[in-house]
Amino acid sequence: MAGDADEGLRGILIEQVDRLLADSAGPAVLRAAERGEWPETLWAEVEALGLPLALAPEAMGGAGLGWEDAVAVWQVLGRHGAPLPLAHGMAAAALLGLAGIEPPPAGFIALALPGEAVAWGRRAGHVAAVDEGGQVALHDGAGVEWRRAEGAISREPADRTAAFGTPLRTGRLPGAEAARNAGALLHAALIAGALEAALDMAVEYATVRKQFGRPIGAFQAVQQQLAVCASEAAAAAVAAAAAGRAADRRGLEDAGFEIGSAKVVAGEAAGTGGSIVHQVFAAIGFTDDHPLHLFTRRMWSWRDAAGAERVWARRIGEAALARGGDALWPDLTARNEGRGNA
Amino acid sequence: MPGLRFDLRDTPPEAPALRATLRAFLAEAGRDWSPRVRAYSWMGFDREFSREVGKRGWIGMTWPAAYGGGERTAMERYVVLEEMLAAGAPVSAHWIGDRQSGPLLLRLGTEEQRREFLPRIVAGELAFAIGLSEPDSGSDLASLRTKAERAPGGWRINGRKVWTTNAHRCDFMIALLRTSPSPDPKQKHQGLSQFLVDLRASGISIRPILDLAGEEGFNEITFDDVFVPDSLLVGQEGAGWKQATAELAFERAGPERYLSSLPLLTAALDDLRDEPAAPEAVGRLLARAGTLRQMSLAVAGMLQEGITPEREAALVKDAGNDFEQALPERLRDLLDPIRTPPAVQEMLADMTMVARSYSLRGGTREILRGIIARQLGLR
Ligand SMILES: Cc1cc2nc3c(=O)[nH]c(=O)nc-3n(C[C@H](O)[C@H](O)[C@H](O)COP(=O)(O)OP(=O)(O)OC[C@H]3O[C@@H](n4cnc5c(N)ncnc54)[C@H](O)[C@@H]3O)c2cc1C
Repeated sequence: MAGDADEGLRGILIEQVDRLLADSAGPAVLRAAERGEWPETLWAEVEALGLPLALAPEAMGGAGLGWEDAVAVWQVLGRHGAPLPLAHGMAAAALLGLAGIEPPPAGFIALALPGEAVAWGRRAGHVAAVDEGGQVALHDGAGVEWRRAEGAISREPADRTAAFGTPLRTGRLPGAEAARNAGALLHAALIAGALEAALDMAVEYATVRKQFGRPIGAFQAVQQQLAVCASEAAAAAVAAAAAGRAADRRGLEDAGFEIGSAKVVAGEAAGTGGSIVHQVFAAIGFTDDHPLHLFTRRMWSWRDAAGAERVWARRIGEAALARGGDALWPDLTARNEGRGNA
Repeated sequence: MPGLRFDLRDTPPEAPALRATLRAFLAEAGRDWSPRVRAYSWMGFDREFSREVGKRGWIGMTWPAAYGGGERTAMERYVVLEEMLAAGAPVSAHWIGDRQSGPLLLRLGTEEQRREFLPRIVAGELAFAIGLSEPDSGSDLASLRTKAERAPGGWRINGRKVWTTNAHRCDFMIALLRTSPSPDPKQKHQGLSQFLVDLRASGISIRPILDLAGEEGFNEITFDDVFVPDSLLVGQEGAGWKQATAELAFERAGPERYLSSLPLLTAALDDLRDEPAAPEAVGRLLARAGTLRQMSLAVAGMLQEGITPEREAALVKDAGNDFEQALPERLRDLLDPIRTPPAVQEMLADMTMVARSYSLRGGTREILRGIIARQLGLR
């Protein structure tokens, strides 16, 4: 099972990533990404920090970082609109590691999940392709045939695989669910971050935009809506962190309840919170010029990636119905029972 | 979010054993609880039950042994609370004393007050009411007018409190009263003080008010020259507002702010097996329940560290109230009125009525969102 960095180390890591993205990312980079421009410098910088391989075991050139740590990093990434597919690359390296395949030491490893578009697929040095049964194949990116995946609300570059060549290596995940869980976890964390950023923007705007001689944030109708948004953002962040912790504790493949819950809660939060921030910004937030949509469109895309709320809620509900009413509360409490706080 | 903290917490190592004991106890004690009892949950009053809980050391669990407390951790206490709530136990006769009146006395009471009251709360013998709201002072609590005036050896109280849950069954109330008049509405937070008031003192009349479900849940209390000795002033004269605000954080911080309607989901789940829309709806509810539990545990962890989580508690209460109100509404959509067993129907009907109170009691939805907005820097 993956270890996790202590709180102090996690703090330092997050600060580093945050500073890097604050310096080198921003709306211009996000817009460039939407035009398909690969963020070359940014990728080099995250590679210099050792981030893409951080989740792989140390014996395979990684840092053995845990999932809760990863969630914290992905949330920061989401706060900056995720200008590069770092979360996907990290998850791909982790899954390769879990399948006993040493991840390639450099370059972007794309993650191909069954039925899902592949973020930045054609830019990948390598592709980790997972099938429904938990079989993982590592491909050389050059040997994969792509066709563009159109229509994502985020306009992030994405491709679908048309044909794979012969894999470089193959392996098997400890459970068939591990890969889809990783996909859901990373998108839940990204949403939590993007919503936090959108909330901060809306709160800031509410204090400077004046109507009727007052900042609009002085109106109770606006305050109450932003309070709801804050509450949703907090729920999304807590759910994602708890899901990361559950994956560290029980293994990715056995954390489906928490990961699914995080995807449901983050997805609902993206819906509710996204409407609220746009209401607060009104017309200016509806323009291409304003950066708000760089975050909200991404949130809305990520909601649908790796299983929408509907999909995960159904899985959770089916499991609970099968277990029955008497097991409902005992199951809910047994999940993080009796460990004390390390 | 600026300044809001929700650190993940686990339940303590003692939890599994503690839980097993509680579940056995609750299964036995709750054999004859009607759907209505479970629907009222922590507003339900049953002294006999509270005494049994007290005997087992589950009241005042974190308090010093000198006052009869169990010197256990706040997280162990949390386990007890959530098990009681999940079972829909009628805990009101000890809940308020355990949750806020006792802790208030521990923090600010005199040694004499602690010795007098805490051991009896721990035993489940002494039930407390919350004396805040008045006819003209609800959300705007600081505008309250019921006054305590100096008299030889103590104070005389005149005025009215209202909506006081179970006052007609309780022994004492912690009342927030005006001890010096405040002519200027801007100064209304000053001149308030807290008192321990014996609900059987002469000059007090308590009139139960029927609630919309036909229960005598809350009351109107009239104070007509009620004498309270000096020894029952709590904390500092004039510091009542600050003291009561801290007390409200305790009042809002617990798992009862998201679990009030959970017993309905447990009871109804097996009747949803053939409903095609059930898996998704149940999954959404459980995703929220699990997340709220994490947030609630985070708040409990702050209490454990001695932090007063005023804002975090307000946020979790508001989100929790939304959940516990949505739950009966979702289940109503799913349950077939013809095939659902009467006991489940009855609980659904009761919760449909009682759920209105979730976003009122302990501070309304609007007031809580105002607190969150202040945290965001908007007020
Ligand atoms: C079941 C139940 C049990 C209770 N038990 C107790 C108890 O034991 N002890 C006790 O002291 N009290 C108790 N209460 C009272 C409770 O605390 C009050 O109902 C609550 O504080 C609201 O006061 P109010 O009912 O006077 O409503 P009001 O304050 O008159 O509010 C009416 C409406 O106006 C809104 N409103 C008011 N002010 C604002 C504002 N500034 N901004 C926006 N909206 C606003 C409110 O949110 C609400 O929607 C209980 C209430 C219930 C329902």
